[in-house]
Formats: sequence, C-alpha cells, structure tokens
Amino acid sequence: MAAKTIISRPIYGTLSPQPGKHHLFVADAEGALAITDMAAEAPAGFFDGAEIVFIAGPDGKYGAALEALKPAQLHIAPSFASLLPRLKQTLANAHMGLRLYLAGTEGLIGQAMQVALEAGIDHTSMQTEHRGSLARRMQCVHCKGITENVTTQPATCSHCGLLLLVRDHYSRRLAAFQGVCINAEDRSEIPPMEEIFR
Amino acid sequence: MSTGTTKLDVVVSDVVPVNELVTRFHFRRRDGELLPTFSGGAHVVVEMRDGERTRLNPYSLMGSPLDTREYTISVRRDDVGRGGSLFMHNQVRPGLEMVVSYPVNLFSLDLRAKKHLMLAGGIGITPFMAQTAQLAGEGGNFELHYTCRTASLGTYADVLSERYGRRVRLYHDDREERIELDRLLSSQPLGTHLYVCGPAGMINWVRDRAAALGWPPETVHFEHFAAPQPGLPFDVTLAVSGKIIRVGEQQSLLEAIEAAGVDPPYLCRGGVCGQCETNVISCDGKFIHNDHWLSEEDHRSGRKIMPCVSRFEGKSLVLER
Ligand code: FES
Repeated sequence: MAAKTIISRPIYGTLSPQPGKHHLFVADAEGALAITDMAAEAPAGFFDGAEIVFIAGPDGKYGAALEALKPAQLHIAPSFASLLPRLKQTLANAHMGLRLYLAGTEGLIGQAMQVALEAGIDHTSMQTEHRGSLARRMQCVHCKGITENVTTQPATCSHCGLLLLVRDHYSRRLAAFQGVCINAEDRSEIPPMEEIFR
Repeated sequence: MSTGTTKLDVVVSDVVPVNELVTRFHFRRRDGELLPTFSGGAHVVVEMRDGERTRLNPYSLMGSPLDTREYTISVRRDDVGRGGSLFMHNQVRPGLEMVVSYPVNLFSLDLRAKKHLMLAGGIGITPFMAQTAQLAGEGGNFELHYTCRTASLGTYADVLSERYGRRVRLYHDDREERIELDRLLSSQPLGTHLYVCGPAGMINWVRDRAAALGWPPETVHFEHFAAPQPGLPFDVTLAVSGKIIRVGEQQSLLEAIEAAGVDPPYLCRGGVCGQCETNVISCDGKFIHNDHWLSEEDHRSGRKIMPCVSRFEGKSLVLER
C-alpha cells in the first residue's frame, strides 16, 4: 500500500459495507478482489442493490468472480474513457443514499473520484481501496499533458518529451500526480530511470 | 468570565412578542459600532444578572448574517425550566445593558453542498432563520421543512413562507401533518447536506433514518442544546484549585464551579461542543451524563464529565479543576 508522504498524497482504506440500499462499485483489474473480499463480510442481500462497473484490463480476469456476487447490475467496460458517460449519467440521476466504492489502481480511483466529486459526493464519504499496480497518472506541469500508467522515476512526458520527476504532489481536481522537469538546467544530464511505481 | 469566550457589551434595543410562548430580543453594541460578523447557525451565550445569580444561556442568532447592526435571538418561555427563559421574558426590557459572548458556530452550513435540506422542530427554527437568509443572499439551493404544534405556534412560519414561498413546507401536529421522512430523504439529489434542529426526539429520529438510508455521517448536521437538568444537590472537591463546592438543585455543575471563582472553558453550555470536558480524579457514586459529546465508553468509564449539563449522585466526587 502506498505510504503517506505529503498532505495531498491520497490515502486509501479497505472497502467495508456501508449502511444503505444502493451501492455503486467502480473497479479495475485486481480491484475486483477488494470487492470479493468485502463481500465476505457484507450482510445478506447487500448486492441486491448494487451496481458494479468493472474495467477488466488486458488479462480479462475476475469478471466471473464479480458475476458470482449476483449484483443487481454488472457492466464490464474496456477502459475508463468508455464507461465515463455512463458513470456520469448514473451519478446525475442518483439520490442521497447511494454509496460509492472505488477499488483498483490509483488512476482509476482518482478519475472516478473526480467524477463523483463533481456529482457532489464528498471525498470523505467514498470508500476506496488500492489494489494492483502502483502506476500513476501524471500531469506534466510544463505542457499540462497527462501521461497514463507511469511506472518509472523519472518519467518521460508523452506529450512534450521532457524528462519529469514524478512528485507525490497530487491534484484531486485532475486526479493526477505532478511531474516536474528534472534536468531543466542542463538537458544533457540524464539521471538513471528506475521502475518504482509497479 | 471564561477564557473560551470574549464578551460584547450590548444594550437591548427592542423586545417583540412573537406568539404566546416566544419573544424576540434585539441587541446593539453600546458603543454604536457594528457587531462582529457571524455565519448562519451561530449562537451567543447571553449573561443574565438575576439578583445574586448569573445565568448564562446559549441562543441561536436569527438575524441575517448580512446585517450586523444588531443581533436578534428568540426565546421560548419554559415555565418549568430553571428560569433563564422566564428571566428573559419577565425582566428584560429595551434599554437594559447586557453582556453577550462573541458568536460561536457549532452548526454551520457546509457550503460545498449542492443543496441544503433543513428540518426544524418548534423553536429549533431560529438557526435556520439566519442560514436561509445567508443562503438566499448567495443564491443557494435550500428547502426547509418545519414542524410546529399549531399554526399559531409556528414561530416565523409566516415570515419564512412569504420570503421563500415553496422552498418552505409547514407541518402542524394538531392537523396530524407529519414529515414523510423516508421519502424526503430518499429523493434528495447527490450532494445534499441535511441539517436538523429541534427536540432531542426529532433529532434522533432524523439521524437514525438518514443513517439507515445510506446518508454518510459527514452530510448530516444537527444541533440540540440540552438545558442543564435540575437534580439532587451534591458536593464536589476541585483538586487543582483546592476548593470544595456544593452544586444546588437548580444549578449546573459548571455554574457552581464558576460561582466558586474558577474559570473553566465553555462554548455551548449545552453538552455538544466538548469545551468543558473535565477529568474525574475519584468518585463514589453515580454519574448522570446528559451530554452528546462523550462516547458511551467515556460515560461508562467514570473518568470524564461535561459539567455544563451532567450531574452526580453519591458520596464523593473529586474533579481536576
Ligand atoms: S460547554 Fe459545550 S459541552 Fe460543555
């Protein structure tokens, strides 16, 4: 689990069943396991009022495990972008009493949280659990481009090509970590690139 | 008197009977200056010099936060209470010089909310008078549901209906009108915050239903000032100041401590803010905890007490004060 370093660095918890009748889960890849683990302690009938939106990822695992929970609705989507309109729609029509659970990679949690914040859910009211890859969604502070799935330090901006130090400074509004040029003084200085956000 | 609250010297500028139980009081600063700004939901503690006794009661500010030339409070007369409201009704006249605390807000609006759903019972309407005025000024989205015993006891119901039209819904007990709470709570858009002020029974009902229907606790705000309950007199030793005091039948433990010249912190005097929390050094007897601050575990432990509302029955009590 990611360590708390600076204040804007998000802290994730462990999903736990909340009181209420309507539950919306958004998860990717191993995030499914956070849901199935939570299901073990959920009261009977909990998933009767649950909707699960799941991005299976390249290996396409865990869909069946989620289906076995018999949620009221299960949607499997290829990417976050493809489920975004649907998620926005669901939240726009939702009422107080809907509980939100986000599980999986930081990129998924952050982006889903951003949509939920816009819909009016306070971030302290959301259940989150980090599972799987530590890959980061990074914003280049110079060109403002977003690079997904950053696993190295430093990392190359996929838009402007600058070599960036990936900071722990996180923007909830952008759902992204900030990347700052690491060799602004002398571009020929290339520090070794290590894979650290696996 | 207390370190926790700064005082304002005011003069009563008007006293207006509102209905058979409620009277409104207006205060201005004696030096003619503007009063400190406050936000909707704030209260002040009013000092009442009643002969030998000084009573300190909290009342919600009900004027618009946009107008700080005066503070207004509404006091419901309680004929069987400890006398604070009777003092206000019977003794306070325009021109009387009084002292009130700076405003403290323990019931503020969460301005990140997309909508504010307000539930008031009886005199619990007062903080909403200020909150609705504040929100209306900012173009905020709110809806107020107000229950009262009879139309004539619907304090300010007419004012509110006139100001806000369909955003205000009234329910009269004598006509058996009741809030359809579950339906109301389940139909609110995401991002709604809930505010409730009224009798303890109403607050508990609303909080329970909201929790059961999936409202996160962060979105549910409530205010209930428990008035100190009278009870059997008891003796207390104050270890730090080395005093032995007696708490009278009609006196709260906090009032007795103050009367002995000790200056304990307080903000609400109603068992909700946590300021007056005091450690128990030893005791032989039982506590009558009336606060909403300490956890049940704290109550059982016998190690802490909120002297503004809680009492004691037994042989000996030593407090760290
Ligand atoms: S003064 Fe607020 S709890 Fe006692």
